[in-house]
Amino acid sequence: MIAFLIKRTLQAIVVMFIISVISFSIQDQLGDPLREMVGQSVSEAERQALRDELGLNDPFITQYLRFAGKALQGDLGNSYFYKEPALSVILNKLPATLELVFGATIIIMFLSVPLGVYAAINPKSLLSSFIMGISIVGISIPVFLTAIFSIYFFSIHLGWLPSFGRGETVHMFGSWNTGYLTADGFRHLVLPCLSLASIMLPLFIRLIRSEMIEVLQSEYVKFAWAKGLKRRRIWFLHALKNTMLPVITVGGVQIGTMVAYTILTETVFQWPGMGFIFLEAVNRVDTPLLVAFLIVVGAIFVITNTLVDLIYGLVNPTVKLAGKG
Amino acid sequence: MKLKHTLIAGAVALGLSFSVQAADIKIAYDADPVSLDPHEQLSGGTLQLSHMTFDPLVRWASDLSFEPRLAESWERVDDKTMRFVLRQGVKFHSGNEMTADDVVWTFNRLKESPDFKGVFAVFSGMNKVDDYTVDLISSEPFPLVLNNATYIFPMDSKFYSGEDENGKDKAELVKHGDSFASRQLSGTGPFTVSSREQGVKVEFARFADYWDSNSPGNVDNITLTPIKEDATRVAALLSGDVDFIAPVAPTDHGLIEKSDKADLITMAGTRIITFQMNQDRREEFKDARVRNAIVHAINNEAIVKKIMKGFATAGAQFSPAGYLGHNEALAPRYDLDKAKALMEEAGYADGFSITMMAPNNRYVNDDKIAQAVASMLAKINIKVDLKTVPKAQYWPAFDERAADMMMIGWHSDTEDSNNFFEFLSACVDTDAGLGQYNSGNYCNPEADKLMKAANSEIDTAKRTEMMQQIETMLYEDAAFVPLHWQNLAWAAAKNVKAEPVLNAMNFPYLGDLVVE
Repeated sequence: MIAFLIKRTLQAIVVMFIISVISFSIQDQLGDPLREMVGQSVSEAERQALRDELGLNDPFITQYLRFAGKALQGDLGNSYFYKEPALSVILNKLPATLELVFGATIIIMFLSVPLGVYAAINPKSLLSSFIMGISIVGISIPVFLTAIFSIYFFSIHLGWLPSFGRGETVHMFGSWNTGYLTADGFRHLVLPCLSLASIMLPLFIRLIRSEMIEVLQSEYVKFAWAKGLKRRRIWFLHALKNTMLPVITVGGVQIGTMVAYTILTETVFQWPGMGFIFLEAVNRVDTPLLVAFLIVVGAIFVITNTLVDLIYGLVNPTVKLAGKG
Repeated sequence: MKLKHTLIAGAVALGLSFSVQAADIKIAYDADPVSLDPHEQLSGGTLQLSHMTFDPLVRWASDLSFEPRLAESWERVDDKTMRFVLRQGVKFHSGNEMTADDVVWTFNRLKESPDFKGVFAVFSGMNKVDDYTVDLISSEPFPLVLNNATYIFPMDSKFYSGEDENGKDKAELVKHGDSFASRQLSGTGPFTVSSREQGVKVEFARFADYWDSNSPGNVDNITLTPIKEDATRVAALLSGDVDFIAPVAPTDHGLIEKSDKADLITMAGTRIITFQMNQDRREEFKDARVRNAIVHAINNEAIVKKIMKGFATAGAQFSPAGYLGHNEALAPRYDLDKAKALMEEAGYADGFSITMMAPNNRYVNDDKIAQAVASMLAKINIKVDLKTVPKAQYWPAFDERAADMMMIGWHSDTEDSNNFFEFLSACVDTDAGLGQYNSGNYCNPEADKLMKAANSEIDTAKRTEMMQQIETMLYEDAAFVPLHWQNLAWAAAKNVKAEPVLNAMNFPYLGDLVVE
């Protein structure tokens, strides 16, 4: 177990290093951060002076080594726009994104399991066909379209839910302000979480359904039927557990991917999370922020996958973790 | 008894009709202020903030005349000196009184600001005559003193003096760092900043000791939230989450006009969208006939009608209506037959191939306009290879003059025609800072002579004639391809009477905003 964790940590470091080199090397192609910082009438000489001050005129290796040296001490540079350490800007906004992802995950869990199981148990029923049909539509529609449509429908026409922002939040500790503890904050969470969940929900429903159908045809389930066990016991105790194994693996990876989809969702809902900051940083060519974001997301991905592997190892006793490291 | 009841009811009704309810409003722009330091960046967002929290010496009225604000009156002492008499009894948010010292201090800081020093380069200094009078001295006779005075927003020099908690000078102007002035402000404006969370919201509260008691504005608190997505901003307005939004994308105009919850306000703008033809890259562009052919081949009116959906004004010159240099006689001249004839006359009946670049997220429908222009040029056998990129990549490419035809939009910081000429059509002279955005490398020494003369001509009538003459020269020589001036649009909830406080510079004077 310890060996597994150590190997994972080393892999994580290699991944982050590669991410940082790649994101650093594309910065020249992204554009000129100075255009966003100065007005149109500023002379070329002034702009060059500013570039020198920011160290943008040094050769690539010099800039990268300077960056890497500071990164190893935890300093990823100052954001050009926020004028604060880039890492702290991202980490300040991280709780907002995590709350969004958490809400979407809860929705997915509570919707996909019952729907997927039902569709597996009654594959030919009308409701199952309906569920499958809706899920195809869900996969095809881009998330920002779902988001905008839900705003127009629920905020403008019905006026039930607010159209943007986080609403009232309660300060927990550090930079974590939660929206789950106030009615206003909770209402602001509904639409963004639903939009975010709408991408993954169809995937999970179909996955659970097809896995369950396969499991229901396996030998031991047939034996359980023959033995005369209650239906509920067979479905939810024996079959479901084995269904969930691949779902956990896929699910873990998808949760990591969801962090990427938050970029679009947060932009539409003006949600002050990491994804929104990232999109603005791309437009402004705020390279320190970009690099910090990519590294943090890389770290999240690695942590999520490690947790998923650990959970898998716990749930499935036939797997030896040491062999997976 | 009945009479008494009637009298009481009448008195109550009278009282209610007189009481002006102070209101709190929420507004949403596409971005929140980058910094609270008014000198850090010369941009629309910074100037909008300055008009809310500071006051200028003079400000533009909607007819482009000058309204006295912190300067009560002014007179020209000699052709290099303008004397401003300052208003007395004006208080800053901190409680300090505004005097000439603050104005001089602000002027000196403007001269140090990388963004503003160009605007004030022609001024050699500002002298304090007495506690409420200053003299603004220019190094040569300068006709645009008042235009530039609209950028002087006196700052509280005592508030910004000394050292902050980090031991740094409070007045320090830092463009990409954290400074006291970027986090705190004290001005004379109608609103103070009560709280600010960058990128999330800024809260403004009415300044109780505001000097302008004639202001009809009755807004007590403003919450400014940035909403980047156009559709979300409009949705927020229509669902009642915000009361005033800007800008409004043309695709959303229909939605707001149909709605009974909000009003759409549009105005002709002053930003001209143009294409420039690079003579150094292509021999063909050196021939005025070819340039004229290109101008005649492009149907400005059709672009305004079909692509901008009528939300622009087709133009054939730099200066929009209302500017001194605007020449009524110069009109868009779409004539495909004439274009073809000119190409033949120049010897290019078979045409040639060119490259074209345009941004895709800077101006309204910029990429679609470029595509339309490319297809119009195909009709005179000019094959266009078009590339559109986001603005962050476009401007470095523009600096390198990376394509034969490049798009650029421009708005004059001084609301004066000469600014267009100085940046876009003057012969390129990096030492003098002329022709900085003249990617066509167009050079007309006669026009430049007139431009320099207009810069030191105080007589308005003579100036007007000079600048109109320059426009005519550029028109006849087809120095560039003019397309149109973008319109501006705002939208407000029905009870927010925004129209009187809006102007073509897009500086909403929210201090005077009335909410019913």
